[in-house]
Amino acid sequence: MKEKITREEVAHVAGLAKLSFNDEQLDHFTTQLSDILNIFDTLATVNTENVEPTYSVTENVNILREDVADNWQQKQELLKNAPLEAAGLIKVPAILDEGEN
Amino acid sequence: MSNFETTIGLEVHVEMKTNSKLLSPSPVHFGSEPNENANAIDFGYPGVLPVANKGAIEFGMRVAMALHADITPFIRWDRKNYFYPDNPKAYQTTQSQTPIGTNGYIDITLDDGTVKRIGITEMHVEEDAGKNTHGTDGYSYVDLNRQGTPLIEIVSEPDLSSPEEAKAYLEQLRKVVQFTGVSDVKMQEGQMRADVNVSLRPYGSDTYGTKVEMKNINSFNYVYNALAFEEKRQARVLMSGGTIRQETRRYDEPTKSTILMRVKEGADDYRYFPEPDLAPIAISQDWIAEVAQSLPESANDRRQRYVSELGIEQYDADVLTQTMEMADFYDQAVTSGGEPKRVANYLIGDVNAYLNKNQVELPDTQLTPEHLAGMVKLIEDGTISTKQAKKVFEAIMVGEDPAEYAHQHGLVQLSDPAQLTPIINEILDNNPQSIEDFKGGKDRAVGFLIGQIMKATKGQANPGVVNKILMQALNER
Repeated sequence: MKEKITREEVAHVAGLAKLSFNDEQLDHFTTQLSDILNIFDTLATVNTENVEPTYSVTENVNILREDVADNWQQKQELLKNAPLEAAGLIKVPAILDEGEN
Repeated sequence: MSNFETTIGLEVHVEMKTNSKLLSPSPVHFGSEPNENANAIDFGYPGVLPVANKGAIEFGMRVAMALHADITPFIRWDRKNYFYPDNPKAYQTTQSQTPIGTNGYIDITLDDGTVKRIGITEMHVEEDAGKNTHGTDGYSYVDLNRQGTPLIEIVSEPDLSSPEEAKAYLEQLRKVVQFTGVSDVKMQEGQMRADVNVSLRPYGSDTYGTKVEMKNINSFNYVYNALAFEEKRQARVLMSGGTIRQETRRYDEPTKSTILMRVKEGADDYRYFPEPDLAPIAISQDWIAEVAQSLPESANDRRQRYVSELGIEQYDADVLTQTMEMADFYDQAVTSGGEPKRVANYLIGDVNAYLNKNQVELPDTQLTPEHLAGMVKLIEDGTISTKQAKKVFEAIMVGEDPAEYAHQHGLVQLSDPAQLTPIINEILDNNPQSIEDFKGGKDRAVGFLIGQIMKATKGQANPGVVNKILMQALNER
């Protein structure tokens, strides 16, 4: 049976997730992901006409917070988890590509 | 000119001045110590429970209304996934599938006076990223104070066809947004940034050319320069038989050119998916009506009101509505009893000159609308002359009360006939020759007499009142 996803696609998705695999691992995940996608074929046989997509499993709507500022004063605690810190800033290896907004 | 038609689309991000962030109660404040205004939610720690800010949603609704957009009745949040150090969650919470507003527009006035309508595809409420500063030591330094600040993203249709139009659009958009009260739109603080897409196609072609993207430009002039450069560059490539690659470039101010950053292969892959941690938002007609009530009067409406109700010239009304600060100041000064035309003249003339000379903004000065109105009242009721007002003006610019200052410095016009009449009579008694000259038809005599009266009152006599009493006295003699 033809795989549902190509090795190249798996490598691409892995790249997006900042993961790198060797050839053996790529084969392994290509098979696994194909199996998962095959299950979707089974799911797709169910008639879902007139069924609203499920975006959330809760029924909650309009859970909102009033616009009131509250500074939790967590700076010192939060920075404890930073691998490196300098003058209150988190120090990370430079990334040359431009950031997104 | 050129054989090509330019197509420009702009995605503008504006930081909204809510008290707290989009998904956490951390304060939104520019200029604090690094990481001072960030909490565990902003840092994207596991297990945190973000809750959306009602104020940010309402600000988004205001912008949608001001841009004549349809407000989406049911909004869900989406995650846009990407890795970057200023984005600790590794995704941005946005509204890709259900933007808060769709199908809006903005009218821009071009240099030749024609009005062009620019379509606005959609608006999203989303969160800003933190700030990443590259060091020279191979490290970057991350400050997450800005992380989670609510943004309104405004996506235009590709309706703009020149750098001039793009600049006019940005200026008008800045004004419209500012008058909704959701942002001060300070460019120098990065409160408004534009992502620019530009492509060229031969005239008559029905498909767009390949577009080049430039991100995060925070000055209108830079946008203009970048587009002007790209127009030329792309035309040159096309005319020499080349093809434009889909690429991201950046604007370089020193050389006023754009520089290649990376070639894009295929579309960006952000793997959007529904945000499971936030409840969807249902926007009722009642809620829309309530927010509409809180929407401040637009620049356009104010301009028209100044002309039709306050009798201000069209041009002056334009100047007064350039910024919300100025328009608010003007409204308050008029409400405080300042005569509308004279208040307008002072703001457009002396106040603007002062701001330009000192390179400051109106809120940086000590001037209050009440003081300006107070000075104008002193002029209107004859207490001080316009000449004396020059000194009072200097004083109110540094926070002095106009009436007190005028009083303390003897800057009051002598307008009381009971005080002026004896002085005038004395001068007439001492100058019989002038009375003779006047009777003989020499008008020059009047000028001489007024000069004497002014001298006797140290220049404080109200010229209008003096003139009236003097003429009466002369005719009676």
